[in-house]
Amino acid sequence: MAINIIEEKCKGCGLCIKSCPFDAIEMKDKLAVINEKCTVCGQCPESCPFDAIEKTEAEEAEAADLSAYKDVWVYAEQREGKLMNVALELLGEGYRLSREIGNVKVCALLIGDGIENLAKECYAYGADKVYLIEDPLLSRYTTDGYTKVITDAIKEYKPEIVLFGATHIGRDLAPRAAARLNTGLTADCTRLDVKTSSYIEYLAKNTTLDVAGLDGATDDRGLKQTRPAFGGNLMATILCPNTRPQMSTVRPGVMTKREKEDSASGELVKVSHDLKARDIRTEVLEAVKTAKELVSLVDAEVIVSGGRGLGDAGGFKLIEKLAEKVGGVVGASRAAVDSGWIQPAHQVGQTGTTVKPKIYIACGISGAIQHLAGMQTSDIIIAINKDEEAPIFEVADYAIIGDLHKIIPEMIEQWAE
Amino acid sequence: MNIIVCVKQVPDTNEVRIDPVKNTLIRDGVPSILNPDDANALEEALKIKDENPDTYVTVLTMGPPQAKEMLAECLAMGADEGILLSDRALGGSDTWATSNALAKGIKKIGNYDLIFAGRQAIDGDTAQVGPQLAEKLDIPQVTYVKECRISGKDIIVKRALENGYENIKIQMPCLLTAIKELNNPRYMSVLGIYRACRQEVSVWSAKDIAISEEEAGLEASPTNVFKSFTPAPKGKGITIEGDTPKEIISSLIGKLKEKHII
Repeated sequence: MAINIIEEKCKGCGLCIKSCPFDAIEMKDKLAVINEKCTVCGQCPESCPFDAIEKTEAEEAEAADLSAYKDVWVYAEQREGKLMNVALELLGEGYRLSREIGNVKVCALLIGDGIENLAKECYAYGADKVYLIEDPLLSRYTTDGYTKVITDAIKEYKPEIVLFGATHIGRDLAPRAAARLNTGLTADCTRLDVKTSSYIEYLAKNTTLDVAGLDGATDDRGLKQTRPAFGGNLMATILCPNTRPQMSTVRPGVMTKREKEDSASGELVKVSHDLKARDIRTEVLEAVKTAKELVSLVDAEVIVSGGRGLGDAGGFKLIEKLAEKVGGVVGASRAAVDSGWIQPAHQVGQTGTTVKPKIYIACGISGAIQHLAGMQTSDIIIAINKDEEAPIFEVADYAIIGDLHKIIPEMIEQWAE
Repeated sequence: MNIIVCVKQVPDTNEVRIDPVKNTLIRDGVPSILNPDDANALEEALKIKDENPDTYVTVLTMGPPQAKEMLAECLAMGADEGILLSDRALGGSDTWATSNALAKGIKKIGNYDLIFAGRQAIDGDTAQVGPQLAEKLDIPQVTYVKECRISGKDIIVKRALENGYENIKIQMPCLLTAIKELNNPRYMSVLGIYRACRQEVSVWSAKDIAISEEEAGLEASPTNVFKSFTPAPKGKGITIEGDTPKEIISSLIGKLKEKHII
């Protein structure tokens, strides 16, 4: 697979250079030249008015035998005997995907010590089957311990898809496991499709892409993993064509849980393992929960966020007051965090936390794409900014053009009425 | 002590805008920078060097020839040596292939006690290369490191979790990924800039690190981009008008109530 310049057709106009998100096209002797930054993202062929750029597909690789791989696995992350919310969301998504594929199961992979009781909750949220791996050595998460038992189980039972929550632990574990299995991993997916027809429907609804070349009737069961790329400026759909399992991480709050079905049951498989203490090269000396629960932006119904327009760290006092009044949580743009005005835990955006509250109030945030990528699916967005050209207004439902230092106190004053 | 810091040159994605008419990226004038988390990784290595002057800090990156500029910046901050893996054959590598190439580069460098990397790069946000590199080198890792203290042959680190942290003891050699909370990266010093100007960074090709076509590059990567697109913009909302803040807010609250939002 590659991008090729057809030299006879290239007029050296340079339009492709502008279209390239990765700075991968240069002009040499009035001809476009692709350099090593190219990711074959496919933006440039469309930009060329002379049809001088082609994207060639990979030659059919020796079809590895992928048919041995079945079922959709969800890593059911638990901490201290409690399932993480994202695990339940992924069981919902895994259920949907398994039914799209047809004739395969959605399975929860449960790892820890003394956690068999959690299997019931996995069934209630959609799991057909639970693979349980228990050992005192697994009572607390360690990269080495968990990677070993997960990769051994994957090699033995051969799932075709494995989903992880993109938590701090999921993002530590999934890449390590994918590297050991020599398979692909796609981070922070916001949409997953198996059926090409539903993928086409999604593209047609959300993009201007030409979908004519896609065959909705194909029996291809590869996972189409769509994620924000380039700081949220682009969306990219990633395939993992020749290796299995196909692995993805998904951020908390993106997928939807199924309705809980308390009477549901399923099959429990206790997985044996040969983990030894010496396999684990780290030692957790102490685990501390921060006394003050960290800002839970993910679960917040209302978020009041501040950006560079606040002027200084003191501006967050105003944001806090408003947040308190509207019953919300304080968020921040990367610019505000980079200026040291507020802790990084508050950062909303592609680099920070992805949020979708009922109400998002953006105060003095200009709306860098990487911020928008993390909040534009909020139900209602209210934006306050002095600059009427600010990109935040492109996504705002309600735009207030004015000085936030005058607007916010008024908002605090009137909100409860 | 030998420390290797893995860094990446990235476009400052904060500065990218979308052309509202054509719905395409406007990349003109977007600067290339040292990835922010990587600056924290380098700073931590330099702090260790401040306390233990016999420490040798090597900065390693993979990218196009322009990435030399970023390596020069790292030298000016205080790193001892810069190495760039650059080859058309390495282009288009996904995280699996990138970690293979970095692992080969590190094997060529030879002895190391500690590898630092940033948690994630702002152009891809995957946070995958660090752990995958640790796996390829078969060394232990801790990600999301916000504090770090050397204690003999071990390192005690504080690993950030969503609702707290863990204190973890890890044996060297190991790989740690840095988050912003770890430290405040220093600026380049005048002496450092002078030194960096006189120092060449090494550029290694795929052949130099003896990596095969099956291990790195576009074709070797298990994942590839099928389609890419700019997300359809959400329809523009309404501007709340009013002569005074009081009027504006009462109009806003009226509208929110009308739609049963509050």
